[in-house]
Amino acid sequence: MASRWLTRTGVVSAGVLLASTLAACGDGSSGTGTTTLNWYINPDNGGQQAIAQSCSEQSGGAYRIEALILPSDAAQQREQLMRRLAGNDSSIDLMSLDPVFVPETAEAGFLAPMPAELQAELSEGVVQGAVQGATWNDELVAAPFWANTQLLWYRQSVAEAAGLDMSQPVTWDQVVDAAEQQGTAIGVQGQRGESMTVWVNAMVESAGGQIIENPEARGPDIRLGLDSDAGRAAAAVMQRITEAGVAGPGIDNRDEAGTANLFQQDGAAFMVNWPFVYAQAQGAAEGGSMDPAIFEDYGWAQFPRMTPDEPSAPPLGGIDIGVSAFSENPDLAYEAVRCIVSEDNQASYMISDGNPAAAESVYDRPEVQEAYPMYDVIRTSLQEAAPRPQTAYYNEVSQGIQDRWQPVSAVTEQTPALSAEFIGQVLSGERLL
Amino acid sequence: MSATTTPQAAGVAQDPAGRKRAARRGTDRSRQEARLGWYLAGPAFVILVLVTGYPILQALYDSLWSYRLTAPDDREFVGLRNYGVILTDPLWWSSLGNTVLITVVTVAVELVIGFALAMVMHKVLGWLRPIVRTAILIPYAIITVVSAYAWQYAFDLTTGFMNSVVWWVGDDYDWFANKWTALLVICLSEIWKTTPFISLLLLAGLAQVPEDMHEAAKVDGATAWERLWRVTLPNMKASIMVALLFRALDAFRIFDNVYIMTGGAAGTEVVSSLAYNQTISRLEIGLGSAVSVMLFLCVLLICFIAIKGFRVDLARARGEG
Repeated sequence: MASRWLTRTGVVSAGVLLASTLAACGDGSSGTGTTTLNWYINPDNGGQQAIAQSCSEQSGGAYRIEALILPSDAAQQREQLMRRLAGNDSSIDLMSLDPVFVPETAEAGFLAPMPAELQAELSEGVVQGAVQGATWNDELVAAPFWANTQLLWYRQSVAEAAGLDMSQPVTWDQVVDAAEQQGTAIGVQGQRGESMTVWVNAMVESAGGQIIENPEARGPDIRLGLDSDAGRAAAAVMQRITEAGVAGPGIDNRDEAGTANLFQQDGAAFMVNWPFVYAQAQGAAEGGSMDPAIFEDYGWAQFPRMTPDEPSAPPLGGIDIGVSAFSENPDLAYEAVRCIVSEDNQASYMISDGNPAAAESVYDRPEVQEAYPMYDVIRTSLQEAAPRPQTAYYNEVSQGIQDRWQPVSAVTEQTPALSAEFIGQVLSGERLL
Repeated sequence: MSATTTPQAAGVAQDPAGRKRAARRGTDRSRQEARLGWYLAGPAFVILVLVTGYPILQALYDSLWSYRLTAPDDREFVGLRNYGVILTDPLWWSSLGNTVLITVVTVAVELVIGFALAMVMHKVLGWLRPIVRTAILIPYAIITVVSAYAWQYAFDLTTGFMNSVVWWVGDDYDWFANKWTALLVICLSEIWKTTPFISLLLLAGLAQVPEDMHEAAKVDGATAWERLWRVTLPNMKASIMVALLFRALDAFRIFDNVYIMTGGAAGTEVVSSLAYNQTISRLEIGLGSAVSVMLFLCVLLICFIAIKGFRVDLARARGEG
């Protein structure tokens, strides 16, 4: 008797176990006729969320932008977006994209085509590098929102003591000499991460080379330009930094934030870094966690040159706003993009979050000039900046560089050739990464 | 003095055969019990097949293709080429080497510490008992990612305090820049985190060793050390083997600690992070699936060696029979 009862109970509980409730899937519109647009953003100080709110209000009820935060690391942002887009996820309308991932996203057909007149409107008055970074196959595929570039930051007192004339462009050799002479370090990013590719690319481009010679090519057909004089010149700078002993402690795991801290704590008197370091140091000096005298001593100049006569090609970063090809409201999403990247928003975002605007005119605004005394250097740097390789296989290229150029102390004059060979094999599907 | 085992334990080993005979005799009761068994286990079995069997088969199928998630139109059947790429790549062999090293080191150390902790949990009495048990189990309750971050921050050059604790390495020693020190920190974190798991399994084994045998050995004049080696350990061999097997399988799939602490830099790549890199970062589903299948085969091999080679009897460890 007991076992029959048990049997029946078993069947019933199995049925209960298998029963599932399906949650109703929202179609993005609420009862009031206001469409919700989901904007996947990179984490910041809250500036993008503020823009989402103000654009929602300005739309007069046409749409409401909901900002959803992606992981902090650019590579992880890409991983999440790509996986969802590959699954035709219609819940993504807008996304903040790192320019290096724009070609891959566009090539895969994950971006909604941008109307021709909007392409013209969104690229007008925007720094050249930012437009280039948002372009694929001669079409603007995403809207430049902010454009980042690295400067050479230095301690004025140390540069002066070393006899370095910072009113003139300086070369890597000069900076290494000055640091060696003064017994200080140069804050460079030696971590195995995207920052390594940023550094290598800037040096190769500054030396007149290119990491990829034919960026539009498909994987196995890509020709790498690392095994060149420019590539070897970049490797030589790294070797000099190691040999002169000016790499500073913990270089092999140092990213941009680590470099900024090192500089802030007087561990390095020179560094290459994005402009966020200025706002960060200002906050630290005001908050009492940093000696205000050190902040007063902050100086800035163009990214170091490779040779005295050729201008440098500083790193270019930033964020572009893309509209997903699977969005159910692409027209409305493009309306929202126009609002997001408006000059007013770019200016307020630059002040609130420390990320430089993509529109040139923003640098003429008094409030921006007041918050960023180095605005003119940033603008010039952006004009001369060179984007990282614009290829749909960027991830392989970048990870290949990170793999072979790290740790910095192991870089030799063979590194450029070896890394080019390795990346070539990875792109041909012959190697793991 | 020879190893002492209980008559019950010896009886358990013969029991499955006896059960089969009973089933063949086919009494009403045994048939009903068998049916009830299927009713109870069936839904779980079906779900298990769906959630594990299907992805395994899908991965096997995908591993035969050259397939990039962002270029689905270029999908191409390549047969076993992906496996050829993996097996001829030095990165695979160094990752496998790291994984085996981490597995052997962590499991060996955990077994010794875990056993000691199990003894402590077993022996301690009174009001201390729940406190000691809770204290020992706390690390296991912490999410691996969180514990990985905690260990990373502890050894980090700027935020860490370990350089002042281990003062002789110097103030600016970067633990994660060198392969061996990075692997050391990874192993330490792994050991700290999962030793409680092993000690929990061993505690169950300890509890099964009858007290009367200890007393008999004591009367015979055995020292504490002899009792440990001749009475306790032989009688909990099944628990030890199961703990070893479970932890070895778990350790072989290590991912979180490496991903958080080094991201595979300084030559610390392991097999799981290799699979992650190909599948998730590169979006090369074919190659990544092949790495996953290889990982699966390694795990199967460990199971096979443990069950056939060391005769781990899962049923006995559960105290069935």
